[in-house]
Amino acid sequence: MNSKKFLAFAMAAAMTLSMTACGGSGSGAASSGTDSAAGTAFKLGGTGPLTGGASIYGLAAQRGAQIAVDEINAQGGAIQFDLKYEDDQHDPEKAVNAYNALKEWGMQISLGSVTSQPGISTSALSQEDGIFALTPSASSPDVIAGKDNVYQMCFSDPNQGLASAQYIAEQQLGEKIFIIWKSDDNYSTGIKDKFMAEADKLGLNVVGNATFTTDSQNDFNVQLTQAKQAEADLLFLPIYYEPASLILSQAKAMGYAPKFFGVDGMDGILTMKNFDPALAEGVMLLTPFNADDEDEATQSFVKKYQEKYGETPIQFAADAYDCVYAYKLALETAGCTPDMSAADLNAKMKETFPTITFTGLTGDGAGITWDATGAVSKSPKGMVIQNGAYAGMD
Amino acid sequence: MSRVVNRLANMNKTTRSSVFTYALVVGAFVILQLLRMTTGLGSVLEGQLIPICAYVTMALALNLVVGVSGELSLGHAGFMSIGAFLGCAAANGLAELIPFTPVRLGVAMVIGAALAGFFGFLIGIPVLRLNGDYLAIVTLAFGEIIKSVLTNTYLAVDKKGLHFSFLTDKNALEEGGLQLIRGPMGVMNTQRISTFTVGFVLVVITLVVIFNLVNSRTGRAIMAARDNRIAAESVGISVTKYKMIAFVTSAALAGAAGTLYGCSQTTFVATKFDFNTSILILVFVVLGGLGNMWGSVIAAAALTILPEALRQFADYRMLVYAIVLILVMLATNNPAIWGFFARLRERREEKKGGAAQ
Repeated sequence: MNSKKFLAFAMAAAMTLSMTACGGSGSGAASSGTDSAAGTAFKLGGTGPLTGGASIYGLAAQRGAQIAVDEINAQGGAIQFDLKYEDDQHDPEKAVNAYNALKEWGMQISLGSVTSQPGISTSALSQEDGIFALTPSASSPDVIAGKDNVYQMCFSDPNQGLASAQYIAEQQLGEKIFIIWKSDDNYSTGIKDKFMAEADKLGLNVVGNATFTTDSQNDFNVQLTQAKQAEADLLFLPIYYEPASLILSQAKAMGYAPKFFGVDGMDGILTMKNFDPALAEGVMLLTPFNADDEDEATQSFVKKYQEKYGETPIQFAADAYDCVYAYKLALETAGCTPDMSAADLNAKMKETFPTITFTGLTGDGAGITWDATGAVSKSPKGMVIQNGAYAGMD
Repeated sequence: MSRVVNRLANMNKTTRSSVFTYALVVGAFVILQLLRMTTGLGSVLEGQLIPICAYVTMALALNLVVGVSGELSLGHAGFMSIGAFLGCAAANGLAELIPFTPVRLGVAMVIGAALAGFFGFLIGIPVLRLNGDYLAIVTLAFGEIIKSVLTNTYLAVDKKGLHFSFLTDKNALEEGGLQLIRGPMGVMNTQRISTFTVGFVLVVITLVVIFNLVNSRTGRAIMAARDNRIAAESVGISVTKYKMIAFVTSAALAGAAGTLYGCSQTTFVATKFDFNTSILILVFVVLGGLGNMWGSVIAAAALTILPEALRQFADYRMLVYAIVLILVMLATNNPAIWGFFARLRERREEKKGGAAQ
């Protein structure tokens, strides 16, 4: 072996070792700080994209849930949690692996998956294994369809389309509506389909729509020109905030200034790096969570999140935070103890969830309820961006 | 016993390698099945068994193109996705007609393989006539095109028959209709019909097909065309024909692997089978050694398990994965290790020589 190769080998070996050391502490931080013995804390597991393109959603949910767990454990009540998130890379196949890893860890109750497609995979397994799941943000109706023990904390996609169409019709926000949606995305397609159907019923004038995909989300000039030629005065954007931010800046560059209407995926646009909040002035969106809300619970959550992670939480974080507290409420109501098996907890939770009314960060003050199918009922908040901040819209 | 050992020792190299590969696959299957029946494998490995079988088949299929016929394919995930989408659509659509799942899965695999093979044939007609890296370029484009097409395809079935629409879902279904392919939402299986045993059978069938092809007159013609195109043509070998045989066989096997994979998942989308997946399979082949079938089997299985085995490293998982890959590449190309094996072989030869005297 010549010396150069030996050096390369040694360096690689050293790196692996150091990574192992770092990794050890990293995984320690990922699970709950309090290492409780079996039977004293509920083992709460969830999968989400912690790495890769969709990782902002997974990390937000993980962090939101972690804050809730830390708060609850610090209070030292009867209900204690041990939280563990596994990475699913926004891939249904990896999500199955992540779910199985959590099962080996001894997960008793589950936070499902953060994103929809993996959520469909893991919820089917949840149903088979009898592990109760409450997902913070997997919003496709397929996640809960046909499963009696999978519940959602977020609105389902069609509900968002429905609510958006009704809102636009009630407030008479636009004469000519144009939709830009992402054709290879479950979330975007789900909202857009329902929106179109409802717009038809309500007599809204949808003058056209244009699509993009993950591979083509770097330029929207074509779609914007189409919208401009159709003389649309309201652009409906059922998409996540990164492509939306580009649409806003490109529309401004071409001197096209319609009204913009987004859904909950638009939330987070103001905290995006290198984004000029002035561009989002006047953008309207429906979202269950508003980081600028005045109430005490929201402010305390946002403050803790900012201190710990250095950014403003998006609605995924708030949904996950609410999930943990909803579990706490349900477990208290049903009188569950951490030494119960996953199957017993599953039965108890199935009984309890449709009966409780939960008040959390998301939804308006009226409280959040679930029906027996697992769908959530809460009202979205209409927000408009004014002076770089959300303001309530009525 | 000693006679068996003797025969093994006297076998020629290719036969020995085939026997070793079969023994490896069958041995692994038997051990895993025994473990499953007694102590259990643990949820993680248990859940990965079928994907491993699918990836092993993919690696073997690609090895036929890259290692044996010497062409480069960068779009094998495209053939896998054809098998996955159309095979699963067939499996779901035939649910009432063929209630017995292994037969239904078998039929679905044949359909998936046939369609993938057909697309392989279509691509091969123009491309395999050319001399150069054109297959790599065209298969790369093919993978992307198939991804876009499947993302915009809506296929459904009801009493009236099949419904198909493109770009937007215009299928008006009667009551009891079933959506088979749902555009960007991919395929959702009503039940997961793939089993580990079927996966094992597919791997064995793949090995039988590949070894019989490679060790036949056709296989020697394929390799002759790979090693020296002009020399092969000069002795009357139709290079296009033989490259086509290898490529279509490989595409069909990839289609069957896709069906196996698709039917093992609750849901999957077309973007799963992107360029990265094609490259991942190419990594299996390169790591296992070009033309080395047992190497592909081991590399595919190991590299599928590895990222899951590294879960304890949390955020550093993929970094460690990359480093392990580099280490393996360095180690397998290391002259010191090669020298060690060469010395072992020499010693054995010496012994044999000594015994004969």
